[in-house]
Amino acid sequence: MSTQSTSPAPYAPGPSLPESDFTGDGHSAATIGDAARDYVNRLRGGDMGSLPALLGLAVLFTVFALSHDKFLTTYNLTNLVIQSASIIVLAMGLVFVLLLGEIDLSAGVAGGASATITALAIIDHGWVWWAAVVAGLAIGVLIGLTIGSLVSFLGIPSFVVTLAFFLALQAVPLKLIGAGGSLRFNNEVLRGLSIKNVPVTAGWIAAVVLVVGFAGLSLWQHRSRMAKGLVHKPTALVAVQIAVFSGVVLGLTFMLSQNRAVNPEIFNISGIPWVAPVVIALLLFWTFVLTRTRFGRHLYAVGGNAEAARRAGINVTRMKIAAFVICSGMAAVSGILAASYTGKVSPGSGGGNELLYAVGAAVIGGTSLFGGRGRAIDAVIGGLVIATIPNGLGLLDQASYINFIVTGGVLLLAASVDAVSRRRRSASGV
Amino acid sequence: MTNANVEAGAQPLLELRGVNKSFGVVHVLHDVDFAVYPGQVTALVGDNGAGKSTLVKVIAGIYGRDSGEYLFEGAPVHVSNPRDVAALGVEVVYQDLALCDNLDIVQNMFLGRETRKGLVLDDMSMEDRARETLASLSVRTVKSVRQSVASLSGGQRQTVAIAKAVLWNSRIVLLDEPTAALGVAQTRQVLDLVRRLADRGLGVVLISHNMNDVFEVADRITALYLGQVAADVPVSSVTHNQVVELITAGRSGDLGIRDVAAATI
Ligand SMILES: Nc1ncnc2c1ncn2[C@@H]1O[C@H](COP(=O)(O)OP(=O)(O)O)[C@@H](O)[C@H]1O
Ligand SMILES: [Mg+2]
Repeated sequence: MSTQSTSPAPYAPGPSLPESDFTGDGHSAATIGDAARDYVNRLRGGDMGSLPALLGLAVLFTVFALSHDKFLTTYNLTNLVIQSASIIVLAMGLVFVLLLGEIDLSAGVAGGASATITALAIIDHGWVWWAAVVAGLAIGVLIGLTIGSLVSFLGIPSFVVTLAFFLALQAVPLKLIGAGGSLRFNNEVLRGLSIKNVPVTAGWIAAVVLVVGFAGLSLWQHRSRMAKGLVHKPTALVAVQIAVFSGVVLGLTFMLSQNRAVNPEIFNISGIPWVAPVVIALLLFWTFVLTRTRFGRHLYAVGGNAEAARRAGINVTRMKIAAFVICSGMAAVSGILAASYTGKVSPGSGGGNELLYAVGAAVIGGTSLFGGRGRAIDAVIGGLVIATIPNGLGLLDQASYINFIVTGGVLLLAASVDAVSRRRRSASGV
Repeated sequence: MTNANVEAGAQPLLELRGVNKSFGVVHVLHDVDFAVYPGQVTALVGDNGAGKSTLVKVIAGIYGRDSGEYLFEGAPVHVSNPRDVAALGVEVVYQDLALCDNLDIVQNMFLGRETRKGLVLDDMSMEDRARETLASLSVRTVKSVRQSVASLSGGQRQTVAIAKAVLWNSRIVLLDEPTAALGVAQTRQVLDLVRRLADRGLGVVLISHNMNDVFEVADRITALYLGQVAADVPVSSVTHNQVVELITAGRSGDLGIRDVAAATI
């Protein structure tokens, strides 16, 4: 673009603002009642967001809490947080690929391959943990780069490319570890992510910083939008959002700060498990990228209408490759977190249900399989739902086939909600 | 409507001279002369397959020319791709519009040219400017600039696509059949908008099959017949029937191609 086309057109004398309808839309919802009505209309129109996932979570919690008295203990809930971390991170990566209407079936095994490399770098080569993590991430990025190039340059459907990678990548741990073997994953820092906790005081400080930061940012944005006469939410709604956010963050911090040891008189196990700040940092980072940067905006554009994006000068090929790179890179992080939780890497790591769980998590959280819709937070909410199922069923001593059936059913349900809301959206045009 | 500058021989903003374009053996444009004047709506009419869309794509830089000159403000310019053309301030609103349904009006209007503060999108200033642009075009039918494009009617989508072209320093806007899929009221809105663009001094090219639309907003009519320019006349100098004859037969009375038989070869 030349310099002249990047500056706004001078406004020829037209009707002044007060004459136009655009003075009327300074705020789309004036009161919290209006906002609630808008929200209901959006739901009716098929814009469900994370509501189905939150309802699902409430149902699961109620059922499991009623059927087993250990479910709601801080010990078990902390476990749930740790168990969900690797699914959440994998799902967060998948959101980027799903946003473009693509799929990555190899993300699970890419995580397994990356974790193998990280483990070997530490065990066989004595690398310091962060260098080993960088090596694992590099493998993930390389895998994503290859998949993305095959999909966008050769035009092979991502379903096929990543199915091939799903099969081929399982060779990596199998060759490097050997059938039946496994690698210890007991590096103090990496294993510590799952078994060690943030000191209680530090946890509280971080939680308060998070709450104050969120409130400050929301209020600042709200005030500037009002001052400039731009579209803004009713003040009461902003207050409610801040209250809910604070409640969730402080409530979780409080829960995780309790002593959850089985023998609380003898031991003290308390504090936020280290994986939680890792997941939160990734959530904040990717949310920022998706909502506040040009890159994120262009991802949504390509997912919504690739041809329109192309005509707007967006390099669609590059966006596609970037999405696959992010997905496989996040898969590497997820693989390392999974190894941290189990304490080992084996040839089958990442080749089981991980991928389907993660796709399910993203879709349940509100990311569309049809492209153009999805947020990083979807992965967190959906991941908690998915992790709650085996956690609760495990307490109930159910045979593992039940677990498969329930999880499969939930995935199907989520995909149906997605398909139905998409139909409603195109009918109502929300 | 003013034809004054045309009569006075005012300089065209954009001019093509003697343009030829073939696709393999199919010779689609024959020695086409075409001019766009500032502040005027030029209607480009012609039967299906006459070469209108091809001509627009040549102007837009999507197709190259086999021969012929491309002049901007009287000076020959070298354009070899859509970016060169966009840099001249020429915007094309294609028939299929190409908006992203999952983005809102502001996001669509700024797509690919987002303003930023450092690394961060400056959503507030974009919203402000989008609203000002729509207001300056007297667009009154959109509830909120933050509503998603999927919720807009056909006419509103057309409006957003046109406003997107106006937001940037466009000198010329080409519209390929903007009213083809619209109802009466929406056609009305879009035609008003087309007229306002010209009144703001832009050069507007309107491709249309609808003679009522053409006679309502156009200042000039360029009729294509089998890839040749049959006539390039002020709208006030021709009647509906003459234009229809030019479109269907290539000539009408003393207007049009002398030797129609030769044109069909
Ligand atoms: N890309 C192309 N390759 C070959 N022939 C083409 C191509 N584009 C257009 N044509 C031919 O050029 C002629 C003019 O087409 P077009 O410009 O689309 O006409 P209009 O828009 O006036 O209906 C038609 O005969 C069409 O078949
Ligand atoms: Mg055409």
